[in-house]
Amino acid sequence: MEKSIKKYFALFALPTIIAFGIAFVIPFLLGIYLSFTEFTTVNDAKWIGFGNYIKAFSNQEFLNALGFTVKFTVLSVLTINVFAFILAMLLTRKLKGTNVFRTIFFMPNLIGGIVLGYIWQLIFNGILYKFGVTLTSDATYGFWGLIILMNWQLIGYMMIIYVAGIQNVPKDIVEAARIDGASRSKILRNVTIPLVMPSITICLFLTLSNSFKLFDQNLALTAGAPSKQTSMLALDIYNTFYGKTGWEGVGQAKAVVFFALVALIALVQLVITRRKEVEN
Amino acid sequence: MKNIKKYLGLMLVMSMVVVLAAGCGNKENNSATNDGNASSGKKGSVYFLNFKPEIAEIYEKIAKDYEAETGVKVKVVTAAAGTYETKLKSEISKSEAPTIFQINGPVGFQAWKDYTLDLKDTKLYSYLSDKSLAVTEGEGVYGIPYVVEGYGIIYNDAIMKKYFALADKAVSISSTTEINNFDTLKAVVEDMTAKKDQLGIKGVFASTSLAAGEQWRWQTHLANLPLYYEFKDNTEFDNTVLAGLASKEVEFKYNDKFKNIFDLYTKNSVTKESLLGSKSVADSMAEFALGNAAMVQNGNWAWSQINDVDGNVVKAEEIKFLPIYTGMEGEEKQGLAVGTENYLAINSKASAENQQASIAFLEWLFSSEKGKAYVTNDLGFIAPFNTFEESEKPADPLAKEVSAWMEKDLTSVAWTFAAFPSEEFKNVFGDALLQYAQGNKTWDEVVTIFKDTWKAEKAK
Repeated sequence: MEKSIKKYFALFALPTIIAFGIAFVIPFLLGIYLSFTEFTTVNDAKWIGFGNYIKAFSNQEFLNALGFTVKFTVLSVLTINVFAFILAMLLTRKLKGTNVFRTIFFMPNLIGGIVLGYIWQLIFNGILYKFGVTLTSDATYGFWGLIILMNWQLIGYMMIIYVAGIQNVPKDIVEAARIDGASRSKILRNVTIPLVMPSITICLFLTLSNSFKLFDQNLALTAGAPSKQTSMLALDIYNTFYGKTGWEGVGQAKAVVFFALVALIALVQLVITRRKEVEN
Repeated sequence: MKNIKKYLGLMLVMSMVVVLAAGCGNKENNSATNDGNASSGKKGSVYFLNFKPEIAEIYEKIAKDYEAETGVKVKVVTAAAGTYETKLKSEISKSEAPTIFQINGPVGFQAWKDYTLDLKDTKLYSYLSDKSLAVTEGEGVYGIPYVVEGYGIIYNDAIMKKYFALADKAVSISSTTEINNFDTLKAVVEDMTAKKDQLGIKGVFASTSLAAGEQWRWQTHLANLPLYYEFKDNTEFDNTVLAGLASKEVEFKYNDKFKNIFDLYTKNSVTKESLLGSKSVADSMAEFALGNAAMVQNGNWAWSQINDVDGNVVKAEEIKFLPIYTGMEGEEKQGLAVGTENYLAINSKASAENQQASIAFLEWLFSSEKGKAYVTNDLGFIAPFNTFEESEKPADPLAKEVSAWMEKDLTSVAWTFAAFPSEEFKNVFGDALLQYAQGNKTWDEVVTIFKDTWKAEKAK
């Protein structure tokens, strides 16, 4: 069996490879090429070397967006994972209606980002109106708005992954620890967490890359207001590409930098957390 | 057996490749036959990328009608509000690119230069009643305006009459038509705010919409006034747009005039200044239509937005225009701001047949009886073509008002914002206005941002 799989590997992989090439590799390479050119539409590009990259990095808006994104990512990764883990712990106890709760917590993840953004904009503005301000009065409102929105959307999803991980922890190990007199917090620290490390790897990866790449929610909730102070990297790239005539190449250069950043951060994180995973 | 498997596998791969190739090839074949048809003397086709979502349905009706009459296929695609440039950018790089698209004046022309066909020899250009309205470069004509529009302060005459009938009004004039400068306007507005409960309104002006993408009435239309006067002072040029295009820097020397009217709008409004960041143009048009506000700054295109609001209480004959007075010297002679930013262009990279078909379609639309009826009655355009008779002007109250104001012995304010350096400039200024309204920035900072952004965007 193994032998014939090896033999026909090319046959089975070919359709996927072709599709992958058309939908990913070619546009990706084209995108990198375009980042070194000046163009209005992709058909008439003029090579200009590293000019776009220099422009991108001397662009204050890009640096602001980078700073804002990093700040947002750190905080949202922390809060989402902590809350999701706590919820998962609660919902793996033998409580009544855990399945109903799990479903409810998971549901926000099914709503599209643009819709979520507009709904939360209404909610936030409804509350802030009472104090005579709006979401766009100050960048801090937008920042915390995004954090709350992101938490609301992703906690349920991450919770499901943690629930699966926690349920996989062998009962006998926990029981043995308990008989040996380990306290609850000790069991959590020395038994449960090491054993759910694979789930933590996945959840960290998902929240990290999702927060870094956030676009729809950002666009719908604040659109960068006030004065682009709350625009994140993806939104800044979009605005550069479509909003500024003659800056298409710069937008493309920003996008390449953005890709490299997301890939790098995600890889480093994967390597670090993978190392902490243990076999059970 | 082994061989059979091998061949089976090979056949599978082959068939897959064939299917894929066929999938890709099909399109080429089609377009090849299309081109073949066209070059063998058949009609081309038209692809019109429409700019105005509010009239998309009418264009589709026109397209169907034209196709029935001439057999030429007209495809109309409409970009959602505020996404025209985005849409155009992606559509025009496709193999079936728009043949008719729109540029927004000289600045937009610079971006699309490589794609615009010279229209100097077309009948369409010869129809223009004022040839200077077209976008030109050197000898060539690259953009044809198709609609003249005007904007100013729209007011509800019923509320104004009610105010002037009050026994304790603080001003000496007795009708809105007597307002002809900023001081009078201010006196009236402030007195009306003081008596707003008696008048049954929530504020004199509808909300000053400053949400992202909704600030064009201020960062473009209102900013037009101080810059129009600034460029008018530059006597080297015979036209404020040309003077603006040549200005690498601006002084923004009438910024205090801008501040005058902007403050008047925000301080006498339905909505508190700090909440303006969440208001849209549609909100303010609804406030006007529902009678919550007496005045709103907008153009004649806003008629449908007023008319279509559920529970609309404003009668058509009560809707009137007032020029935007800012406190400029001699503004008694100032009229509405009249101009256009809608220019039709033909894609120079489309096939010759399609170009001809597109020009023919536009000529039909603006000169045939049927086409003109659509333009006047359904699209509601005040078309700048000599093919239109006096009786073929639109009948909605705001368009009528624009025509009436143009006939008065006043100087219309030209749409100088065609010379604004970029969308980016407008948006940065709009954001600064929001921060000023919310109290996070001083007026001096806004002025500095205005000047710096202009300089930076022009330098590119």
